[in-house]
Amino acid sequence: AVVSTQSTGSFKLLQELLHYPTNLRMSRPEHIGPPELFYNDSEATKYTNNTRIIDIQMSMSSRAIELLNLPDDQPSFILDVGCGSGLSGESITEAGHYWVGMDISPSMLDVAVEREVEGDVVLSDIGQGVPFRAGTFDGVISISVLQWLCNADKAHHNPFKRLKCFFTMLFSSMRSGGRAIFQVYPESPKQMELITEQATRCGFTGGVVVDYPNSTKAKKIFLCLFAGTPVNNIKMPQALGNEDDNTVQYSSERFTGKKRKRQGEVTRKEWIANKKQKRRAQGKEVTADSKFSGRKRKPKF
Amino acid sequence: VVSTQSTGNYFIQTNLRMKLLTHNMLKSHCKGVVNGFPLKITSNQVDVKEIEFNPDFISRMLSRLDWTVFVQSANLLGVGEGLPDMLPEDQDFDDEDVLKKIHHALLEVEVIEGELECPETGRKFPISKGIPDLRLNEDEK
Repeated sequence: AVVSTQSTGSFKLLQELLHYPTNLRMSRPEHIGPPELFYNDSEATKYTNNTRIIDIQMSMSSRAIELLNLPDDQPSFILDVGCGSGLSGESITEAGHYWVGMDISPSMLDVAVEREVEGDVVLSDIGQGVPFRAGTFDGVISISVLQWLCNADKAHHNPFKRLKCFFTMLFSSMRSGGRAIFQVYPESPKQMELITEQATRCGFTGGVVVDYPNSTKAKKIFLCLFAGTPVNNIKMPQALGNEDDNTVQYSSERFTGKKRKRQGEVTRKEWIANKKQKRRAQGKEVTADSKFSGRKRKPKF
Repeated sequence: VVSTQSTGNYFIQTNLRMKLLTHNMLKSHCKGVVNGFPLKITSNQVDVKEIEFNPDFISRMLSRLDWTVFVQSANLLGVGEGLPDMLPEDQDFDDEDVLKKIHHALLEVEVIEGELECPETGRKFPISKGIPDLRLNEDEK
């Protein structure tokens, strides 16, 4: 499913697409505390050694790089916002590009440096801006980061201001026509709106791409921002996992406790009656039919 | 630890960060700064790491570099030898030897320990283990 800023699509569809279940305890680490404290030494080591996390991060990074739609034949210069321990950066290197990473957690960056990633990493707070000269980067990726920026981790933090500062400086640091792809875990459609509104105010155009919208597990949300429209590709990228129609499947039928007989299917009782008939035809001994034939017995039977 | 006689820089077996390419793009984001570029490097620890030479990338990045700053910083770190004073006007610049020298200074030399100084406020951002710490304090935002 693709939602763009230009479409007049219904808000309800947006809500359904962006809904993330929040009943799991560790699904919202940004509620526990600021990222530089959450990603301490032990967490950084755990994170980087966890094969499941590695798999997910690598696949999201590759997808983000795909969405960047960079020219095939030449290496580009990419910014990795919230690069952490360099998992996403490695995907950029593998794709043949050069990169610089920013992150707020010293522990995560230490791990990155230990793992000898190719990109330079810078310890900084993205809410304070993106300290690079105009037109530096061909593209920007960010994996699982923006939701951290939406929380006020210190008393003086103002998420609006921080988002604005971030997007303004990011916009200017990008080459005209470049794309910024953010994989996010938005808490709610409201948070998503907060992000997209600030981005639009700072000059970005673009929209949201939702991969596998119908699967709770596989669903991934990418915010795709364009810094100025490139001449050739103004089209929004296609989302993955779509059937022919772009609708979310749901039913308004009431769920009854009983199993209803579907067409062509035989009920238990009918099947038993048929079986008995068959045996009678074979000349075998069959118990007499009564109103109790084929009734449901107690489980212990 | 091995030291070179000519530059007095130390070469160490670690593999860490801040290449001149990054330095050429970084600018200060202190409050009220008009043009925070360039940040002045001071360094007493530098490492050399071999990186695959990609002439396409180097030629493309040439137009984005601030050439004067690049040559200045390269000289400061002791790798400015052989770099032309002015960036060649010719768009299709492909003299491999010079490109290789540029590649070496741009991507293969890394500052491990040192400082970056904001040209307007004088604020010093430390570089430790190759990672520049650009976090601003409360009063600087």
